[in-house]
Amino acid sequence: MSDGGNDMIAPDRRALLKSAVGLATTTIAPGVTLYAFGVTQAGAKPADQPVTSAKRWGLLIDINKCPPGCDKCVTACSEENGWKSSGHPETDAQWIRKVTLRDPRTGAKREAPAMCQHCASPPCVDVCPTGASFKRADGIVLVDKHICIGCRYCMMACPYKARSFVHEEHDDQKVEAPRGKGTVESCTFCVSRVDAGRIPACVEACAAKAGAAMTFGDLNDPASDVSKALAAGASAQIRADLGLDPGVRYRNL
Amino acid sequence: MAAVSLRRVLLAALVVVGAAFGLLKAEAGERTPVPQPVKPAAAEKCVADTQFMRRNHMKMLLHQRDETVHEGIRTKQFSLANCVSCHAVKGADGKPVAYSDPKHFCRTCHSYAAVRVDCFECHASRPEEKAKAANASDSSHDPALSALSAHVAEMKK
Repeated sequence: MSDGGNDMIAPDRRALLKSAVGLATTTIAPGVTLYAFGVTQAGAKPADQPVTSAKRWGLLIDINKCPPGCDKCVTACSEENGWKSSGHPETDAQWIRKVTLRDPRTGAKREAPAMCQHCASPPCVDVCPTGASFKRADGIVLVDKHICIGCRYCMMACPYKARSFVHEEHDDQKVEAPRGKGTVESCTFCVSRVDAGRIPACVEACAAKAGAAMTFGDLNDPASDVSKALAAGASAQIRADLGLDPGVRYRNL
Repeated sequence: MAAVSLRRVLLAALVVVGAAFGLLKAEAGERTPVPQPVKPAAAEKCVADTQFMRRNHMKMLLHQRDETVHEGIRTKQFSLANCVSCHAVKGADGKPVAYSDPKHFCRTCHSYAAVRVDCFECHASRPEEKAKAANASDSSHDPALSALSAHVAEMKK
């Protein structure tokens, strides 16, 4: 993409650019090439580079393509992140769940996956007394379990009920998804996969085994799948009235 | 009388303790149960030499942990997952043991030094069994790539 753009620039202009902003182009260039030719469109950043606010990860879920009764995204998340039902629904992990929406007037039913909405202004971060609940530069909202004291204020603050507390000890965690008793957890957008240039497990499973209802990508990049899909038609935020600017959007909700 | 016998007892105790120290010094190798953690066969050193690692591994892990969680820096050299993967000790069943097993690499020293390890309350204490197989299948049939092509197909409709 970007290399094509460079080739179009007239030679003299190109020389001028080289001499005038040589430093800027050399520092920017590695990032640009990597983003353009990453593993997927998501793009793998170099492992030794910090994430930046140049990207903001987002997800669009088209409810029309979400088959009723299908829970492929939920099982994929469970397998990827190593959580499962403890037999006590009231204390179960809430990384992702299918919610049924029913219009009481018409009786029409819809189903939608709900998870952490990765808000731009996350209330869970505002209330956290230790700084454990935080938003990464690229918009992914996480819990730093090293400093989480398990007070659960964030669970109360979240309007989406997207967080849950780990009530039991575990010794069978996944390598990429640490989780332990006494800390709060939630959807991470499969952060280690995203850092490696891959897409979240739910999105992958939905595309491979279900209706491909989920589109993941960089909201800041107008050329990304998710930005193009969002630009193509109307989409909705859950509880848009709160002004949290969630990174997860819904279509046909 | 009482004072004299107490003095004698103290003297005797001092002699016994002194002798014990002398013995320990002489036969430290045999007497004290110093842990001998098994080095991974794969490499002599991955990060730094043994003496340095014994004293400083916790500092590296702490430093890396904040960089990884908050900034997404996922270099392998100081990553806990990599430590656990190389230093895995196999149990009787041929599978890597968890931290609950006294043979676990970290535990051999930490039990001896009575220093509690918090890492494995959340982190996996052994490498994932199918990690290799999953990676192999990734290269031949990348699910991310197939998902992407599904997206592309969807966009073209």
